[in-house]
Amino acid sequence: MNQRPVLDISDLPTFGHGPRSPTWWGTLGFMALEGTGFALAAGAYLYLATLWPNWRLSAPVPNHWPGTIVTLLLVVSLVPNHILNGYAKRCAMGPVRIGMVVMSLLGLAPLVVRWFEFPALNIYWDTNAYGSMIWVLLGLHTTHLITDVGDTIVLTVLMFTHHGYSGRRFGDVGDNVFYWDFVVLTWIPIYLLIYWLPRLG
Amino acid sequence: MSSADLTNERDLPPGRETSATGDIAPERDGPRDTGMDDASLHRWLARTWRTPPGIIGALSSVDHKVIARRYLITAFLFLCLGGLNAVAMRVQLSGPQRGLIGPDLYNQLFTMHGVTMMFLFAVPIVQATGIYLVPLMVGTRNIAFPRLNAFGYWVYVSGGLFAWVSFALSMGPDVGWFAYVPLSGPEFGPGKRADVWAQMITYTEVSSLAVAVATIVTVLKQRAPGMSLDKIPLYVWALLVTSFVVVFAMPAVMITSTFLILDRLVGTHIFNPAEGGDALLFQHLFWFFGHPEVYIIFLPATGMVSSIIPAFARRPAFGHLGLVLSLIAVGFLSFGLWVHHMFATGLPKLGASFFTASSMLIAIPNGVQIFCWLATLWEGRPVIRTPLLFVFGFFFTFVIGGLTGVMLASVPLDLQVHDTYFVVAHFHYVLIGGSVFPLLGAAYFWFPKITGRMMSERLGRWHFWLAMIGFNAAFFPMHIVGLWGMPRRVYTYPAELGWGNINLFISAGAVLFFVSFVLFAFNLVHGALRGTPAGDNPWDAGTLEWATSSPPPSYNFARIPVVTNVEPLWAEREALPVAAGLRVDARELIVSTVAEAHPDVREKSATPSIWPLLAAIAVGATFLYSIFTPWAIIWGAAPIAVTLVGWFWPKGDPEDEE
Amino acid sequence: MKRLASIAFATAIVLFLQGCAGWQSALDPKGPAASELAWLIWFFAGLCAVVWVLVMAALAVPLMMRSRQHAEPLALDAGADSRKLRVVMIAVGLTAVILVGLTLLSFFANRTLAAIGSDAALTIRVTGHQWWWEVRYEDATPSRILTTANEIHIPAGEPVRLLLTSTDVIHSFWVPSLSGKLDLIPGRMNVLDIKADKPGVYRGQCAEFCGAQHANMGTFIIAEPRAKFDAWWNDQLQPAAAPTGDEAKAGENLFLKRPCVMCHKIGGTPAGGTVAPDLTHVASRQTLAAGTLTMSRGNLAAWIADPQGVKPGAHMPVVDLSGDELNDIVAYLEGLK
Repeated sequence: MNQRPVLDISDLPTFGHGPRSPTWWGTLGFMALEGTGFALAAGAYLYLATLWPNWRLSAPVPNHWPGTIVTLLLVVSLVPNHILNGYAKRCAMGPVRIGMVVMSLLGLAPLVVRWFEFPALNIYWDTNAYGSMIWVLLGLHTTHLITDVGDTIVLTVLMFTHHGYSGRRFGDVGDNVFYWDFVVLTWIPIYLLIYWLPRLG
Repeated sequence: MSSADLTNERDLPPGRETSATGDIAPERDGPRDTGMDDASLHRWLARTWRTPPGIIGALSSVDHKVIARRYLITAFLFLCLGGLNAVAMRVQLSGPQRGLIGPDLYNQLFTMHGVTMMFLFAVPIVQATGIYLVPLMVGTRNIAFPRLNAFGYWVYVSGGLFAWVSFALSMGPDVGWFAYVPLSGPEFGPGKRADVWAQMITYTEVSSLAVAVATIVTVLKQRAPGMSLDKIPLYVWALLVTSFVVVFAMPAVMITSTFLILDRLVGTHIFNPAEGGDALLFQHLFWFFGHPEVYIIFLPATGMVSSIIPAFARRPAFGHLGLVLSLIAVGFLSFGLWVHHMFATGLPKLGASFFTASSMLIAIPNGVQIFCWLATLWEGRPVIRTPLLFVFGFFFTFVIGGLTGVMLASVPLDLQVHDTYFVVAHFHYVLIGGSVFPLLGAAYFWFPKITGRMMSERLGRWHFWLAMIGFNAAFFPMHIVGLWGMPRRVYTYPAELGWGNINLFISAGAVLFFVSFVLFAFNLVHGALRGTPAGDNPWDAGTLEWATSSPPPSYNFARIPVVTNVEPLWAEREALPVAAGLRVDARELIVSTVAEAHPDVREKSATPSIWPLLAAIAVGATFLYSIFTPWAIIWGAAPIAVTLVGWFWPKGDPEDEE
Repeated sequence: MKRLASIAFATAIVLFLQGCAGWQSALDPKGPAASELAWLIWFFAGLCAVVWVLVMAALAVPLMMRSRQHAEPLALDAGADSRKLRVVMIAVGLTAVILVGLTLLSFFANRTLAAIGSDAALTIRVTGHQWWWEVRYEDATPSRILTTANEIHIPAGEPVRLLLTSTDVIHSFWVPSLSGKLDLIPGRMNVLDIKADKPGVYRGQCAEFCGAQHANMGTFIIAEPRAKFDAWWNDQLQPAAAPTGDEAKAGENLFLKRPCVMCHKIGGTPAGGTVAPDLTHVASRQTLAAGTLTMSRGNLAAWIADPQGVKPGAHMPVVDLSGDELNDIVAYLEGLK
């Protein structure tokens, strides 16, 4: 087919931050499907909780302290996370490197405390359906946490190499910030479901 | 819209300039396509966008057309296998008390038939058609996240092989495609058969989700300049809505199958009523996915119908906006119907009645679509070619399926026909009538684009009539035998119930239907080898995929089109307006804004890579191993992590660095 | 080609008429619920057929048009399109009206069905097993509680309440000529009210896939006049008939010594297993193995000698018996009327 040029796009930039970048939309897509998974798992838990009048099924109440510490750590981590985002937008290598190291450490810290959360549930996954569901919820979020922390660490290493001096990499840092917000956000309802819902019954 | 508007920056997000400063290496600029002559442009682009030679090169391909072709061929092979399952079952059922196939094999046969047709044929083939066509129709050079797309294919094909190898080893799932607990649970489903079902579902749906995300981002961010929301082709809308439905529905089946494998493998009690679980929870979760699944298969087919009808009715689709809104409405409503699969479980009457109303409601947007297509056809006497014949076949059969669907939506009526051959008839009318017939029409319609050659029109007509007669002979009598009391999923039936003759008739129809596919396969091969050359646009259709050569070059378009109409090729008969300024030595494409499709960024598309295949192998091996021990997840984590790092670690190409 | 299609259609009609008189057919109702449902099915089907014919007529319109389309696809006739829009709007409106009508219809049908069993005097608990039905007649007097299997006797003309549950997987109880189906779900109890207008035998079978022998999980509702039903209940409450004849006596001994007793119960003997059908009055039933075989001496022998051949996958094991032993056991069971 014959063509006639009508538009010159040679001046367009080669990368964009946030919603300008397809990667950001892809991240959003994966959040949507992971969020749906979490919502359905939480829905299954609530379904069983309403089905049985004596929910918790005479299991002991979980010890909420490790979970509460994880929650506090995650909420606190949002502050450096967003400071990092500002530097990533400005493509400032020095502060971004510091920020990535800080976020890697702030990712590892709740993972360490998470280790103590499982025994603090005071029940095993194979005792009854209540135990199964709270292990599943905690397990789902732990998987989430591990994969994102792994991703953060790899990106941190990458930012210390010459590959880091690229608009794309700073965009990746921005998307990592975005995803961490999501990891924190999904934890709040799960925290309430695991530790506080059983105290109502 | 004039092309001058497109360079106007009023709708662009702020901060456009700031992103170019900071600690980033300066762009190593390369040659641009501006003013380049066609021959040099082709040489540059062909070298930049090619799939590397050799086996490793082929396995590294990230070209959406190459991946889509593999998907299409694989899905067609799975269709044949699933069809052979069906023929085997029909032979066994052709008379009462036939001893050809025992219950053990029969139960595997119908489970494999369902699993194959739903998860290995229908969903992959509609998504694969989208992988091929969507980037072409929106005027871009590759799908978004091409490596993820390649990964999706490897996951899909290995998941399918996993299921079929298990079947060959008599380890095939035998609990039905919806694998209800407790039959599939730890107590009543001994052996590894139900585990194969659970892990295969979770695993292959990873592929479906990957494709859905890639499709959504392609449509939202990679549309050609000027293709604002109101100029998106209906087929692309259909794929967009479908991909959203996938994103919100597929996690439900993955949660279901994961819960099941946990119950089976590590002793959780999620579905065990004796320990505070519930068997019906499985059904709620499964059908929360399972009903939208029907629309995941059906909506892309409506997009195909919306592409074929305008080409042969010689006008744009009537009621474009109405068709788009119907698609979106169906997408939403599809999540509100799942309970109509569970009317016989004894749910509270009032709640069940709500789902009757919602199930009836979805018939309205579907009706709108049917009426708009009919109104499009009323433009004048259409030229009847094979693609349009299959669209007529679609109307003939799908409307029957839709109407029996209205019958099933009624709670009391459903209690008579649920789980009988009436339902088998219904969903084959919906899925084959509503999806396979449009797919066959689409095959005839887009085959010239994919191969550069036409399929035989004469064989096409034979194929159509054989398929129509075979299909209706096989499935229409099933309505009747269902009302006579024949439940589905029985491997035999007593002679005194009088179902023998009608079942023989059904089996004969099924064989005829199968033969029609043999003819189709012959026509495909014959067309690919001997068909008459097609040219760029054999049907004189109006959407962008027809603007490039047949088959399209690896880079799709020498220059990115600028869109001025919903049927751009009809609006721009003399010369297609195009954009210039992209680099030709790197895989650059245009990223545009979501609503208006203003060009915004010259982004680089990923280069070929073997890592998606390696990652799929690592993930697949982990899933396979997890059937035997939960520790597989621990052992598998390291190889998965290594392959993913290998995938994303920059290799120094311009595509990685800028 | 079109003629071929019409021949096929005609053949289908003939087949349809031929098999209509089924004793397991939703179209051959023998009780108030099934009658209501059959009416509903015909009404829905009739209306759907009309809608289908109208849509096909609309599809035929362009094929009969004389004018070919114009060459320029974007040159649309605005007047014609606005006329089309009106037609489409009317069609959508009609669709909505029909759907609302059908929704209301099914809602009222539901209410009619719910009223059928409101005054049921007899309650029967039906428990699904892989692959047979345990049937227990409830009664305020414990000694009148009766357990049997697969065949459900009910008084004709009276509503009967069935309590449905399961101890293994999900099954579904369905006797099409009397009522719609309802699932038997472990951990749950469903209530299904049925009523047979006239005495007769109505066949049903499991409608939810339940494993290897889902196909051979039949049941029979045997509706009898009240007096006959009461007499049947009294007979069934009696312990098993004592064996008469040498063969039968030897058979009883064998039955009690062999693994049979682990699973089956025979009232009045030490055999007290409860995981398989109660055999106290097995020979009074019309079929064996949940409708798989008709009751006869030969079939009893075939079933005991080779249960996996008759019903592959069934939980009844092969018990090693000599020809004479098999003969004795069959003679004994045959006497359990």
